[in-house]
Amino acid sequence: MTTATSAGSEAIIEFRDAGYRLPGGQALLQNVSLTVRRGETLVLLGRSGAGKTTALKLINRLVEPTDGQVLVEGRSTLDWDAIALRRHIGYVIQETGLFPHYTVEQNVSLVPRLDGWAAERIRSRAQELLALVGLDAGQFLRRYPHELSGGQRQRIGVARALAADPPILLMDEPFGALDPLTRMEIRREFLALQQRLKKTIVIVTHDTSEALLLGTRIALVEGGALQGLYSPGEFLHSREPVAAAYVEQLHALGEFERGQ
Amino acid sequence: MNGLGFFSQHGGEILQATLEHVWLVGATMLLAIAIGVPLGILVARRPWLSNPILGAANIAETIPSLALLGFLLPVPWLGERAERVAITALTLYALLPIIRNTAAGITGVDPAVREAARGMGMTARQILFHVELPLSLSTVLAGIRVATVLTIAVATIAAAVGAGGLGEFIYRGLAMVNYQLILAGAIPAAVLALAADFLLSVLERRLQPAR
Repeated sequence: MTTATSAGSEAIIEFRDAGYRLPGGQALLQNVSLTVRRGETLVLLGRSGAGKTTALKLINRLVEPTDGQVLVEGRSTLDWDAIALRRHIGYVIQETGLFPHYTVEQNVSLVPRLDGWAAERIRSRAQELLALVGLDAGQFLRRYPHELSGGQRQRIGVARALAADPPILLMDEPFGALDPLTRMEIRREFLALQQRLKKTIVIVTHDTSEALLLGTRIALVEGGALQGLYSPGEFLHSREPVAAAYVEQLHALGEFERGQ
Repeated sequence: MNGLGFFSQHGGEILQATLEHVWLVGATMLLAIAIGVPLGILVARRPWLSNPILGAANIAETIPSLALLGFLLPVPWLGERAERVAITALTLYALLPIIRNTAAGITGVDPAVREAARGMGMTARQILFHVELPLSLSTVLAGIRVATVLTIAVATIAAAVGAGGLGEFIYRGLAMVNYQLILAGAIPAAVLALAADFLLSVLERRLQPAR
């Protein structure tokens, strides 16, 4: 079902000198040029307000570039029908944005329903999706979001984004609101899931260990500009001040552990 | 003659006036909802329209009700029938709470939910009907409840232009200085208002979105 072909070579998302400024003129993001290859997991790492989320929203056209362009599957996002583009891309956000008035089943089957799937296919897909994120369908499909724990909500958020099997998945601090242990657990599940599904994933985070663990490449964003692109190995040994600062913060934690 | 005797003696008349009253209020509320909810959505969507629309509804609210009826009497088509005048005036009064609550309900929807809806490729119309309106239903309903209770009270004034309703008793009672007549209008109106308030607040609580 998935379009996992030769991961690594083919560009699926491309930023060409893309930027976004507010109507008032303030630039949130400038001159970003960047290629995301099919099947890779690119992490946008940076502080709050650095422009990571803006970059992410440029991909599914929740924000339209004011400078340059962003291409998805070789086509400028502005040439796509915005609705078709977004149905082609899964989207997971920190607060999950689950609809509180929908059951888990209605939430995860939203996009298939919008796409007009047959009722039978929607029902079996909902069960498939819950199995995919490790939740028991019989137990959870009829529940409402407020009856779920944070970790369960996040899993449902991922399931909902994967519902129509989109080739691209965008995640905005997907595990940020979880307690550290649950976060670790879900990250691991997520890695296993990604190994099976081979989606192209762009994740926004400010957490260095998350970036190193999940990313096949790390894009460092600072002050609305792309500071550099690294493999996790390169990032760990970078002499570049900003990257080094992130790594140092990781080491500080290590030193604390050794001191105990 | 004691009060109860009066009520049983005039039972038919009181029932008749009560039904007229309910009809006036019902027609008013249907109109006010049909106009107020779309206006509320418009206010939520286009914040720059908020001041002119809410301002106009506010002004309507401040015109003394008797005067408003008087202003509407000479209006061509409206003035031909007393009910038309009454229902138009009552609708103008009922609009403000409905517009305000609809707008507040929609702007109060969790931005994360709206963002997720957009990100998943829902159209603006789908977001409105499947997300924003269902989630603001209890707030909208609270506005409708306030407007209904208000309308039930103000509708007694409709009798001034001959539109009927429970106000008939009150006006007659005032003219004849007959307290029983006044109560024959006032008590059923109060009971109607309490009943509407109760029923609509039950509905409102049932539609409260879970959190």
